[in-house]
Amino acid sequence: MTIGWYLAVSALIFAIGAGGVLVRRNPLVVLLCLELMLNAANLALIGFARMWGNGDGQVFALIVMVVAACEVTVGLGLIVAMHRRRLPIDVDEMRELQG
Amino acid sequence: MSTVIFFIAAIGAITGAIGVIVLQDPFYSVLALVGHLISLAALFLLLRAEFVAAAQVVVYAGAVMVLYVFVVSYVGREAAPLGQNPGRGATLGAFACGIALVIELFIAVLGSGLQAIGSDGAPYVAGFGTPEAIGKLLLTRFLAPFEIASYLLLVAAVGAVTLARRRGGLDEGIEGAPPTISVADLLRPRPLGTGTMAEAGGRVEVEQ
Repeated sequence: MTIGWYLAVSALIFAIGAGGVLVRRNPLVVLLCLELMLNAANLALIGFARMWGNGDGQVFALIVMVVAACEVTVGLGLIVAMHRRRLPIDVDEMRELQG
Repeated sequence: MSTVIFFIAAIGAITGAIGVIVLQDPFYSVLALVGHLISLAALFLLLRAEFVAAAQVVVYAGAVMVLYVFVVSYVGREAAPLGQNPGRGATLGAFACGIALVIELFIAVLGSGLQAIGSDGAPYVAGFGTPEAIGKLLLTRFLAPFEIASYLLLVAAVGAVTLARRRGGLDEGIEGAPPTISVADLLRPRPLGTGTMAEAGGRVEVEQ
């Protein structure tokens, strides 16, 4: 298969993730959709690494995975904090940023 | 052969991605994402990224998804109230946005005129993508990003613990703590037992 096919799959997955962020209201599912978008970027990075035949893109993908893990940890910590405070678990209800 | 594997894995990845956003129960969304990640690992293998594929399955489909399952079962599966789904207009708008994004990305990527996109990839040296090659790159050329990534993980771990712990201690929710998350919580004096194992159980035995 040529590299273009992988890039097409990556574009499709990215768009599905972006649509999910727009549609879903549960912050857990919004985080899952962010994962989808990061994974689509990873697929493109690894496709380009294969295209050039060097490993830099793969290292980049690994760093993206680290950043994604950090984002998940902090996001899930926020959701747990919201649950403890009995705030609604709904991104539409969380309108205000209060200090 | 690789064509067949590519199509199986690509269809699996796209089906899993659609499952994540279509399924109503967050628990099933997480399971769909696990399927998606495993299919994606197969695609990585086809692109000769062995180490990244292994890390994807072990770290992502394993550890991160376990974290998700824990939080889903802690927060509750009926987190989204029924009957309050976004209106048909919002769904259609998001669908249109997705289609527009796909078209734009196809034009941007496939229409870029790069010759190599139509090829199977450059010839690569033996050992491309193995743990050995990636490790050598991480410890020589990319040493600084590697160290910064480890520091970032440390910051995220400490931040998550700080965010998710019981801020008001054992009195939280009893005295009607304000329903906000604020930095001032870190500075308030805390009641007895805060920060101990007794807090996890929700009560503390006061020894006279």
